[in-house]
Amino acid sequence: MNGSDAMLEVSVWRGTTSGGAYQDFEVPAYENQTILDVVSWIQHYADASLTYRFACRVGMCGSCAMMVNDQPRWTCRTHVKKVLKGRKLKVAPLRNLPVIKDLAADMDPFFDKWVAAGGAHQPSASRTEPIPPVDPQDPIRVEASAGIECINCSICYAACDTVAGNSDYLGPAALQRAWTLLNDAKHDAKDKILDAVSGSGGCHNCHSMGSCTAFCPNDLDPMSAIAGLKRATTRRFLRGGR
Amino acid sequence: MRPARAHPLWLAFVLHRVSGIALALFLPLHFWVLSLALTRPETLNQFLSFAEQPVVKLAEFGLVFLLAVHAFGGLRLMALEWLPWSVPQKTLAAGAVGVAVLISGTFFLQVV
Repeated sequence: MNGSDAMLEVSVWRGTTSGGAYQDFEVPAYENQTILDVVSWIQHYADASLTYRFACRVGMCGSCAMMVNDQPRWTCRTHVKKVLKGRKLKVAPLRNLPVIKDLAADMDPFFDKWVAAGGAHQPSASRTEPIPPVDPQDPIRVEASAGIECINCSICYAACDTVAGNSDYLGPAALQRAWTLLNDAKHDAKDKILDAVSGSGGCHNCHSMGSCTAFCPNDLDPMSAIAGLKRATTRRFLRGGR
Repeated sequence: MRPARAHPLWLAFVLHRVSGIALALFLPLHFWVLSLALTRPETLNQFLSFAEQPVVKLAEFGLVFLLAVHAFGGLRLMALEWLPWSVPQKTLAAGAVGVAVLISGTFFLQVV
């Protein structure tokens, strides 16, 4: 394939939460091409008013996630060849989030839940105290380390059917962050985390469907992190806590 | 908008839910048929001879399948959520249980 003959048929969502429709574009196909390249081509050469979000283009920043052929994906690291159906592509804003315009989803609910799950770091020591040693091989630290590569792309949140059914559910990313902090020796306020994740929108909503783990672009395992929170909150309840 | 759900854990979730609903619908019917033994024995006898038909036997196979799927689905879920084991450990444990059921089941069938 080169740029001159082969074309892709790309349907792109145009509109907001309150309404919109798919608009079709013909985009030249290249041998090496990501979904983000396709969206950028449309904005550069077909319709400058197309709105979308990206920053790093190398899978670090977590800003470019979209629904591609109905699946949540990081568009900068998704090659067209991997997801093409015939010559067709469908690109839409992330599921389970309000849409600001076109392909830009409103990430506010996602980050609000990150905070609501106790995700803000609360240090257990001040800067005047010595730094507590952290052994990377320690089993508890291994649990914490398993989730720290999250790039906040919200792909798990878009993949989750429990989020789709219950808008109060904190979602996989926020709960995984809570599990990470719960196992972090430098984090204080662990009871606050258990309070935050055992409420009505908390970890016990999870049905272990595993879409978060199946779709995470960084191969993280939020489902197992949530299972860890289920065990931790239940253990506290059985010991006479809340 | 509909994300792809054809991955094993999601299908296991659906199978568990659907088998649960089907069993919940079956149970009242089951108890009603049992109650016929007290209220209308001749109707029960008619039903029992009707139940000898191959198509009903096939339905019974479906029922046992639903029960097995739901029971093992529940065990799967509890192992998944309550045992902080690694994935290979769980695979080995499930394999061991499977082999044990096969061997003891074969033995049981030879005895009866």
